[in-house]
Amino acid sequence: MNELVFFINNVVVAGSVTGSIYAIGAVGVTLIFSIMRFAHFAHADMMTFGALMVLVLTTAFPEVGGAVGLPTAVVMLPLAMALTALLAVGIDKGFYKPLRAHGVKPIVMVIGSLGVALILQGLIRLFAGTRAQSLYIAERKEIFRLELPFESVTRPIIVTEPQVILFILTLAAVIGLHLFLNRTRTGKAMRAMSDNPDLARASGINTSRIVTITWIIAGGLAAVAGTLLSLDVAFKPDLSFFLLLPIFAAAIVGGVGHPYGAIAGGFVVGFAETLAVFNWAVLLRPLQQHFPDWLELPRNLAFVGTEYKIVVPFFILVAILVWRPTGIFKGKVI
Amino acid sequence: MALLEARNVHGGYGGMNILNGVSMAIEADEVGVIVGPNGAGKSTMLKAIFGLLAVNQGEILLRGEPITNLSPDRLVHRGMGFVPQEKNIFPSLTVEENLEMGAYIHPQRFRPMLERVYDFFPPLKDKRRQPAGELSGGQRQMVAMGRALMVEPSLLLLDEPTAGLSPLYMNEIFARVQEINAAGVGILMVEQHAKQALAIADKGFVLAAGQNRFTDTGDNLLNDPEVAKSFLGG
Ligand SMILES: Nc1ncnc2c1ncn2[C@@H]1O[C@H](COP(=O)(O)OP(=O)(O)OP(=O)(O)O)[C@@H](O)[C@H]1O
Ligand SMILES: [Mg+2]
Repeated sequence: MNELVFFINNVVVAGSVTGSIYAIGAVGVTLIFSIMRFAHFAHADMMTFGALMVLVLTTAFPEVGGAVGLPTAVVMLPLAMALTALLAVGIDKGFYKPLRAHGVKPIVMVIGSLGVALILQGLIRLFAGTRAQSLYIAERKEIFRLELPFESVTRPIIVTEPQVILFILTLAAVIGLHLFLNRTRTGKAMRAMSDNPDLARASGINTSRIVTITWIIAGGLAAVAGTLLSLDVAFKPDLSFFLLLPIFAAAIVGGVGHPYGAIAGGFVVGFAETLAVFNWAVLLRPLQQHFPDWLELPRNLAFVGTEYKIVVPFFILVAILVWRPTGIFKGKVI
Repeated sequence: MALLEARNVHGGYGGMNILNGVSMAIEADEVGVIVGPNGAGKSTMLKAIFGLLAVNQGEILLRGEPITNLSPDRLVHRGMGFVPQEKNIFPSLTVEENLEMGAYIHPQRFRPMLERVYDFFPPLKDKRRQPAGELSGGQRQMVAMGRALMVEPSLLLLDEPTAGLSPLYMNEIFARVQEINAAGVGILMVEQHAKQALAIADKGFVLAAGQNRFTDTGDNLLNDPEVAKSFLGG
């Protein structure tokens, strides 16, 4: 039964971790699309920026977390979210708003955001260097080992402290977003604007305020996702390179402009990735005695090698869009 | 003083002028009806009044104050409601959320107005938790009118509220329009069902090629043989 534990550790836990991160990133992409109707290619770099802010703050005040019994990086997260939201609003004012005022086509906005992505990447490298850095500076990553009460199981289920924090924060973000969009006047106005911007304006809804709020939420969530990923692994200046494709795949798979779809899409892509690189030989080995002699299990039986993980979102994207052209939930125009 | 007065309005999309001098006036307790052939500029005139279109000559007054080229949200604050010809609801929002968005600018009036709108359109109350996009055409039109009423407008602009509806529903909508008007809301309405609409109109405006062709009371227009011949189908 140790094989099952191996499966839980490598697929269930790992998939939920990756899925949560993609989901939170994809929600931002989808919200921006639903309000401003363009694909925001600088989103993954905003995530990296958020993680960088946490790194900077944690380096500056490494002992703060000890005082409250949480990793310092987590204590710094709200501040980093605020800074990233500020950056997002600033970028909008500086780059996207002038384009919108000219009434440019969406593709111009997309290219503009690509430019912003390059600027951010350059700045992040300039300040953070190129190497990987742990967000745990003055403390150690705590690891929880859950022993299962079965005799045949000798290995524990392993969950790390940042992963537990990640699950809690993801849940909080999803519930918070749901309540915001369905219970508050501003959230409803946001959905209204996504449905029909002209009518929203004709109803007296202040649409430029909605745009600002969208950036605040998207920026804040980007900081959460970037930080969670960096906590789980480490901060790297090229994180965005590994994030951009999966979060867009997640947003599209879920149905563009649909926040719940983005969450579902995030988990679909996250689990697809982990399942694709999972070594199935481990699960099949106990059944070896039932196989005919000529069929010998190879040592590694994964769908793709880890180094090709990045192609999995592409594959999922194509597969789901063939099945449902507008995504799992019915998305907006593509 | 007239509730709404438009004097010699010129305007259009981009460089091209569609309106070539349209004038109209209605009093606070009146129903005004705009009729005319397709492409005459009827919708364009409503959009010009509601600030969705640049007026490059002429003047529009609301209770004597100039409102020419004011933005729609400013006009909403001044008591104007607008129901466009198409895309006049928020399809993924529930009926009640649609109405709530109508009251966006004064949320404290949402509850009392909601009851009044449900009184005008009882079917909406039963459907209040349903996404507006899932309703029938007539019910959507009620949502659209209800949404515009939520701001407690003193002037309501309606662009073809009965388009695509069965005669039964059409009469229903016209009855509601009269009720809303009786409750103290001035109405300016574009209609294809010219005869039925002029029958409930205090003022009628026949537009063609972006200009007034006939302007008179509803009854006089209905009884004018020339209007009947060219615009009311005999
Ligand atoms: N968004 C637009 N951009 C450019 N031209 C437009 C636009 N909308 C309408 N027009 C043009 O303006 C003219 C008048 O259109 P308008 O919609 O006002 O007609 P209408 O009288 O409302 O007709 P209908 O009865 O068919 O609704 C038409 O020639 C149309 O092609
Ligand atoms: Mg029209």
